[in-house]
Amino acid sequence: MARLHEYQAKALLTQHGFQVPQGAVARTPREAAQIAESIGGSVIVKVQAWTTGRKAFGGVVSADTPQQVAEHAERLLAMKVGNFPVTEVLVEERVPIDQELFVSLALDDAARAPVILLSLAGGSGIEDRAADVHRLACDPQTGPDDDQLRGLIAGSSIDKTLHGQVTQAVRGVFEVASTHEARSLEINPLVTTTDGRVIAVDCRMTIDDYAVFRHPELGIEIARELDHPPTLLERVAYDVEQADHRGTFYFAQLNTAAEPDTKGLIGFHGAGGGGSMMSMDAIMAEGFTIANFTDTSGNPSAAKVYRAARTILSQPDLVGYFGSGSGVASQEQFWSAYGLAKAFGELELTIPAVIRLGGNSEDRAVEILQDACAQLPAKVQGYRKDDTPRTIAQRFAELVNDSNAKPWQPRAPRVPGFVGAGTSFAITGGRVWIDSQACDAETTRLVVEHAYGLLKDEAGVPVLAVSEQDAAGKDSEFIACEIELRRAGKPVVYVELDVPGLTEAVGCVAAAGGGN
Amino acid sequence: MAILIDETKRVIVQGITGREGQARTALMLGYGTNVVAGCTPKKGGQEVQGVPVFNTVKEADAYCRQNHDGPADVSVVFVPARLVKAAAIEAIEAGVKLVVIVPDRVPVWDAIQIADAAKAHGANFVGPNTLGIISPGKAVLGMIGGRAESAKAWFKPGNVGVISRSGGMSSSTAYYLGQVGIGLSTICHVGGDSVLGLRFPDVALLFQDDPDTEAIVIFGEIGGSQEEDLAALMKSGRVTKPVVAYIGGKAAKEGTRFSHAGAIIEGGKGTHAGKVKALTEAGATVVASFGDLPDATLKAIAATSGSAS
Repeated sequence: MARLHEYQAKALLTQHGFQVPQGAVARTPREAAQIAESIGGSVIVKVQAWTTGRKAFGGVVSADTPQQVAEHAERLLAMKVGNFPVTEVLVEERVPIDQELFVSLALDDAARAPVILLSLAGGSGIEDRAADVHRLACDPQTGPDDDQLRGLIAGSSIDKTLHGQVTQAVRGVFEVASTHEARSLEINPLVTTTDGRVIAVDCRMTIDDYAVFRHPELGIEIARELDHPPTLLERVAYDVEQADHRGTFYFAQLNTAAEPDTKGLIGFHGAGGGGSMMSMDAIMAEGFTIANFTDTSGNPSAAKVYRAARTILSQPDLVGYFGSGSGVASQEQFWSAYGLAKAFGELELTIPAVIRLGGNSEDRAVEILQDACAQLPAKVQGYRKDDTPRTIAQRFAELVNDSNAKPWQPRAPRVPGFVGAGTSFAITGGRVWIDSQACDAETTRLVVEHAYGLLKDEAGVPVLAVSEQDAAGKDSEFIACEIELRRAGKPVVYVELDVPGLTEAVGCVAAAGGGN
Repeated sequence: MAILIDETKRVIVQGITGREGQARTALMLGYGTNVVAGCTPKKGGQEVQGVPVFNTVKEADAYCRQNHDGPADVSVVFVPARLVKAAAIEAIEAGVKLVVIVPDRVPVWDAIQIADAAKAHGANFVGPNTLGIISPGKAVLGMIGGRAESAKAWFKPGNVGVISRSGGMSSSTAYYLGQVGIGLSTICHVGGDSVLGLRFPDVALLFQDDPDTEAIVIFGEIGGSQEEDLAALMKSGRVTKPVVAYIGGKAAKEGTRFSHAGAIIEGGKGTHAGKVKALTEAGATVVASFGDLPDATLKAIAATSGSAS
């Protein structure tokens, strides 16, 4: 996750010479009490959660004895922020505050450069400070202008003996942000103390998702900007994305139940950033609640689209599956159609699906999807670029309304009997199975015809025509072959694709859904 | 006329020997773009689609001057994200005045460094994470349309300029405008990231000064301040041509990124409501549903030609 908790950000600050309150993070009331004991005196206990206004909901409290700390910690660790349980509290010394300052760094899209916001007014409320916020433009290499910074501090009411420390802290904000490639860093408040220190009392920091790869020191598991810690399915999706660089797959879970007065919870599968967002607006305007936001784009492999669909359909209680992107995609859309057809087919989809596949090769894409899904219990419809998002959103609403299907419950894919028994070879992230016994001359001919030159006829059965190494990355082509054979009524090819962690995630989701 | 690209501009491709570089060079050549050279370190001497490959931008530029009567005007970058900063700065330092950065996932501090170099050298860049730019009937940069024949079929020449924060929606907006008979001068996808080279206000100014552009259509999104900055230009009278806009992300909630790195509402800034308000107050037509864009654009054009006569 690209957002850091307060205690993580503070650890970085101290590496760069900042003073922070003495303290440590606790995961149990007992740990919290021990930390308080070692600090001595009265302390502050703070929930670690990605939210503002912790004080308002009682997430920040002071305590005078370790016993009190344990009691507070017990209460705080039982809290939920949004849907997410609090798992950590930070126990810190109470610092003798003299003045409260504010300093933050953001990336200014208009200036295309970092900008520091600085308030030296010393007010305690945000309104007091807003009146006296200074903008310091930063040079991307060297940070804020020294003369401007010194001038501001010299003109402030801050005790002169602390001017050096405050200047250093502001420069430090730039140093920390540029070193760790932060999108934003906020120290609020930065305080001067009655005993002559300058201390970062609270800190919020977000790291650039795209730079996480070169910052192993941050220990960020999932580089995604979400408003909550990653869910099991988000972890699964993130691993899929990391393992396959063909196109992009983005997945965020938004709701686990339909909002009141909506037509139900649906799986949402967009294509392309803007197109996905526009389609999300269209389907929500039609009165649905989306369980998730998904985007597969940038010419994704069929395998990636398949894994995305499997992930979406691991959420319970969906009344339909809605897919739509920009509608005029530059990428070849038939690969997406193959991926969706495979997922819908083996999960034996029961809820209606509407997929807008407009763009290059849209006719072929729509034909593949509809034909391959014709035998399913669910109605699956494909649309083209001349079908507007509003039209298909309305069509989707009609299908959901007419459907007698029960809300979707995640299930394991139906795997053909010859898997485990037929001939097979490994590919990246899975295994291709061929039911050789069921292959008569005509079937073998069909398999070879749809195998992109990867399979050949040997003694009447299909075998690899290339080395296993050369076949390994051709998962999309083998998926296409599987679907074409299914369409031809000869389902003798099956591509077994791993989605690591999905079974476990479904188990948890299903369990949670059951208690709902 | 058109902005940023036409058939006369000399274009080079950085990363031309890679998978994307090769495929999109075919698109650009097939559409009519004047692609004169490519570069990939250590691949100098090869050819891609008949285009000579050099080791450095400097060499490619020298070849351009010698054989095509002038410098490389534009470089289109197709290198892996982590190498983009070095490639773009190499082009800028070699004197290329417009760099089009297609790759996704470029670290934002790298984009800031590129902007710094561009400013120092008087160059512009589009992207990162741009699908590209197309002046219908003239030339295309990047990968809009995917294939030359699709690009020819989907986008019609004319007098409306399109600026979009979404690649797919650039194509989509242009296509649906074409369906009601509206042709386009240039379509520019500024890129999906939070720190970009040319932004809405910059491109709008180019359209304002382009005699062949009568109206500007924008596909905006939540996050950042591009829409608000364009509105400020309209309010100040610097952009006077009619602006018709759709802003995506009405249903998006704060604090979650929606695909594009730039599409995130942070600290209450960059909201859908704020952008709609700023643009509406500045005199733009903002449609609530994407499907209403074409008709609103027809009306906006009719209103200006009415007031001019």
